[in-house]
Amino acid sequence: MSIIRYRNPELATWSPYDRLSSLRDLLDSAFQLASNAPGNPESWAPALDIFEDEEKVTVRVELAGVKKEDFDISLQDDVLTISGERKAETEQRGSESFRSERYFGSFTRSVTLPSPVKADAVTAAYQDGVLTVTLPKAEEAKPRKIQVNLE
Amino acid sequence: MSTLTTCSPASSTQGRRIEYITPRANLHHDGDGYTLELEMPGVAKDGVEITVEDGKLTLTGRRAEDQSFGRPVYRERSQNEYRRVFDLDPSIDTDKITASMSQGLLTVRLQKSEAVKPRKITVA
Repeated sequence: MSIIRYRNPELATWSPYDRLSSLRDLLDSAFQLASNAPGNPESWAPALDIFEDEEKVTVRVELAGVKKEDFDISLQDDVLTISGERKAETEQRGSESFRSERYFGSFTRSVTLPSPVKADAVTAAYQDGVLTVTLPKAEEAKPRKIQVNLE
Repeated sequence: MSTLTTCSPASSTQGRRIEYITPRANLHHDGDGYTLELEMPGVAKDGVEITVEDGKLTLTGRRAEDQSFGRPVYRERSQNEYRRVFDLDPSIDTDKITASMSQGLLTVRLQKSEAVKPRKITVA
């Protein structure tokens, strides 16, 4: 056992830069928004929801118009990544575009899962343009009920 | 030539204001008509309603009731209905409007009436 100097946990985590980091996050998110703004067809990011219950974590991603074979789901440690490409279909030669609001091209979206999951038991379903990834929780992440006997 | 132009998403007539999502749209024009694409992720085929009234094309998309997936940890997706209204080009034959729904992408084909289609007339 090593001996380490006692530090008040409250004081140890405080740093004068902490207040700045929230400002930095705010600025980062502003730039993120700007890079996804219409007119920048280079990248787009699908919207997603994360749900959690006692048994599983569920991630739902809006991928309207993306074909099943054009996206990939991967899990590394506790980071789930959905990447793929939305391809234009109806763009025909000889037709002029009057309105172009949809995003095409490649996308990547990564999320950190709220709890450890069983990587080999992950399932996914794609319906109505919404991808639903179901990630059963690892045993150690499930809430346990402990019976306490009162004497 | 008048084209399909967007109106603002109409609010409910019942007094209670419903917030709608304006689906992203692409519109292509060719000699025979228009192809309109709208992104409505989460909407199944039977949740789509397309109406033509007073020269306006109204497209509504309702999501199937989401089953419960547990406690929401993080949310970006709205649960509201999709709705968008377009002014119809008078040259469109409203009897020949067809639509298909595939993985949340609604594709509407609007044919021009025969009378206005470009024709090649050969001189005898």
